[in-house]
Amino acid sequence: MNAFAGPSMSRRSLLSAGGALVLAFSLSPRLAEAQKTEAKVSGTGKLPGSLSDTPYLDAWIRIGEDDSIAVFTGKAELGQGIKTALIQVAAEQLDVDLKRIVLHTADTGETPNEGYTAASHSMSESGTAIMNAAAQVRAILVARAAEQLGMPATQLTVENGVVSGGGKTLSYGKLVGPDVLHVKARPHSPLKDPKQNTIIGKSVPRVDIPGKLTGAVAYVQDLRLPGMVHARVVRPPVYGAQLTRVDTAKAEGMPGVVKVVRDGNYLAVLAKGEYQAIRAMNALDASASWSGGIALPKKDEIYAVLKGLPSHDTVIQDKGQVGAGRGGTAVKAAYHRPYQLHGSIGPSCAVGHLDGDQLTVWSHTQGAYPDRDAIAEMVGMPQDKVRVIHMEGAGCYGHNGADDAAADAALLATKIPGTPVRVQWMREQEHRWEPYGSAMVVEASATLDGSGKITDWVYDVWSTPHTTRPGPAGSLLAANLIAKPFQAPYPDPIPQPAGGGDRNAVPGYDFPNSRVTKHFIAQMPLRASAMRSLGAYMNVFSLESFMDELALAAKIDPVEFRLQNLTDPRGRDVINLAAEKFGWKDWQRKGPGHGRGFAYARYKNLAVYCAIALEMEVEREAGHVRILRAVAATDSGEAVNPDGIRNQTEGGIVQSASWTLYEEVDYSTQEILSRDWASYPILRFPAVPGAVEVHIVDRPGEPFLGTGEGSQGPTAAAIANSFADATGKRIRDLPLSPEKIRRTLEA
Amino acid sequence: MTKFTVNDKPVSTETAPDTPLLYVLRNELELNGAKFGCGLGQCGACTVLLDGQAIFSCLTPLAAIEGRKVTTLEGLGTIDNPGPVQAAFIEEQAAQCGYCIPGMIMRTQGMLNENPSPSEEEIREHLNTNLCRCGTHMRILRAARRAAGKPPADEAALAERSAT
Repeated sequence: MNAFAGPSMSRRSLLSAGGALVLAFSLSPRLAEAQKTEAKVSGTGKLPGSLSDTPYLDAWIRIGEDDSIAVFTGKAELGQGIKTALIQVAAEQLDVDLKRIVLHTADTGETPNEGYTAASHSMSESGTAIMNAAAQVRAILVARAAEQLGMPATQLTVENGVVSGGGKTLSYGKLVGPDVLHVKARPHSPLKDPKQNTIIGKSVPRVDIPGKLTGAVAYVQDLRLPGMVHARVVRPPVYGAQLTRVDTAKAEGMPGVVKVVRDGNYLAVLAKGEYQAIRAMNALDASASWSGGIALPKKDEIYAVLKGLPSHDTVIQDKGQVGAGRGGTAVKAAYHRPYQLHGSIGPSCAVGHLDGDQLTVWSHTQGAYPDRDAIAEMVGMPQDKVRVIHMEGAGCYGHNGADDAAADAALLATKIPGTPVRVQWMREQEHRWEPYGSAMVVEASATLDGSGKITDWVYDVWSTPHTTRPGPAGSLLAANLIAKPFQAPYPDPIPQPAGGGDRNAVPGYDFPNSRVTKHFIAQMPLRASAMRSLGAYMNVFSLESFMDELALAAKIDPVEFRLQNLTDPRGRDVINLAAEKFGWKDWQRKGPGHGRGFAYARYKNLAVYCAIALEMEVEREAGHVRILRAVAATDSGEAVNPDGIRNQTEGGIVQSASWTLYEEVDYSTQEILSRDWASYPILRFPAVPGAVEVHIVDRPGEPFLGTGEGSQGPTAAAIANSFADATGKRIRDLPLSPEKIRRTLEA
Repeated sequence: MTKFTVNDKPVSTETAPDTPLLYVLRNELELNGAKFGCGLGQCGACTVLLDGQAIFSCLTPLAAIEGRKVTTLEGLGTIDNPGPVQAAFIEEQAAQCGYCIPGMIMRTQGMLNENPSPSEEEIREHLNTNLCRCGTHMRILRAARRAAGKPPADEAALAERSAT
């Protein structure tokens, strides 16, 4: 495997023996396609949302003669509640009861191809498509009813899928007929007046929660197929290591073992029982000898290492004239983010089944179609003979081990035709082999004039890639490891305005002179890919920390300072609302160690708006932060399910508090050291905030802006700003861990 | 052979006695409630009750449960008739991906079996063994308070904590 060439290969020649350590720069058109999908902005085609790519109405909505209603989405439920919101949108525009809609999610065998379920795009892409398709379907069926009843459509009423007029009724099922809905969508849809909505805008309970909480088959982990065997993989000790020797006989002789698979550096065992597979995995692991592998950088030098690597530099904002000799107060700061884990609570899992010439893979992938393409390439099968069906896993928060586990299941299924294979990663494998959220460096400088106005703004961000999703087969671990390996592709940056490492690097404020530069580092010292909000987490942390430093230098209240620099009325609304609900104006410090902080961002500068006010107590001796209260205001455009927006925003705040206070992947030059929850601590209940409030600015009739990734960046900065307010000391390096807090306060 | 009861039904298995209970529950009894999260007793996704007390089923070998009483998520109620703790979690919409929630429910049930009137600090300490990655903690706490017959809202808990 040669996916993740480190910068320090020459430093450790012992590791290079036998290791193919050269980055393979194979530019793949399909990768470029995948990255466009990651960065895609919806509603830019001729038709609304994903209708641009999949225009036929019956690709989205099918109505049976028995009045059954099936709705199809290419997006996947990841725990964000998308199923419920999409059903709401469809039911509203179709004028049918929610319970009648059967929603089919991402499946290459039956749903539209909507790329990845990522980037908070599901409502804007799929929600918009389904909403418009449903409105057009309703109009087509009402028009047919008008024709059959001999009455103008305007005199007909629709209730729960039954059209009535002149004392007669016709149900949708009686009106469909063959191919009636097999027509292309039109650019404009007869959408309801939002004032008449009865389902959109309501906090409908999540459709998936009761089953999940009472033991239904809800996750791919729960899938049991007849004759299914259990597989476990054995991974190399470090990226790029070569398997030099393995004694398979011992594992093969163990109870329940069906087969040991070795294919190049790929090693796995199949057994009848799951725990038998684990025992055999341990035996196989103990008998395997590996050599070589890629040297990892020294962790305490990582930021210098990143800045020293070759980078592709792009000025992404160049506004006015920066550094034109204007006087004033100059302020400078640098910020750092370590590698961080997605850390799904359920390690990745998949089931594969080669039945005749048809390969089916059940996976919690975020991209059923791109994963299907990558798997087909890896196993050398035509795409139409490979079907990837999404089944939920535990929350992924981006590109974790899901696609790689799917590749494991696919590869192993081809080694034992006819037998379904369930692969479950172990905790240690998930921690050590998932692609991490990239380490990043930000340097910012600004000039304040005498009135506290920012006259110059210069911002640079260094990062390795924020997407290495499939894509081509080479994006899959299994494909890197097999005897005839596929090379990991050369990663491309995600372009603005969405951006990858530079997501939200362009300030949303109205600075007259601003230069923002992204430094894209293609080499990955550690494997990295998309993690919830990509670079926005770090850029908003940095930018909003820096805004507070500037406000302090200008001696202006941080909320007032932000308002002075922001004209976007919707941004101002969420700032004002968060400040008001928090009680910013009348807030009183209770004593030393008590502080408050504020932060704001519009995700990607084009999606959800979010402002957060937060207060904390700092226990100096222990270095503990106790978040007393976080108050968020958010504008996701038209709110389909307000409780869903609250759930996602509360979750984003609490998850980001965990990233910000605790999280950092640990590694030596030899190996990844974060193997479990002891060596990668995360937030626990005693440290959970006292209260989290989410206030929603609803914008009926406005486009959906998504929600899931709006609050992580603002939370990080609000925590750092609150800490600085509480202690007078600022921490610019994530995380604000107890050890770092103690060190900072002792200094 | 190991004999025990699961959700009041007798179970016997020939599976090797050092096998953790989790694998028997999931693969032999086809019960989905207990989840594999770490296999190390570090996350609580596999939590079930043993004689009414919350345990990590991923670490508990069959040999340790001979003749004892196991309760899983499925033993608390059904989708049509959820048990009180399940109902409290549903009422609070206390799930995002939901993978950790069965363990949270079982941990809450175990707490209430021992202490029917836990304080806010006791709830937090009791749930300390269980991890959630989606950040659903606020809702899990509200659900646990509701299940304990306390006011579920954050503000009520804040008031309780500042009063003590």
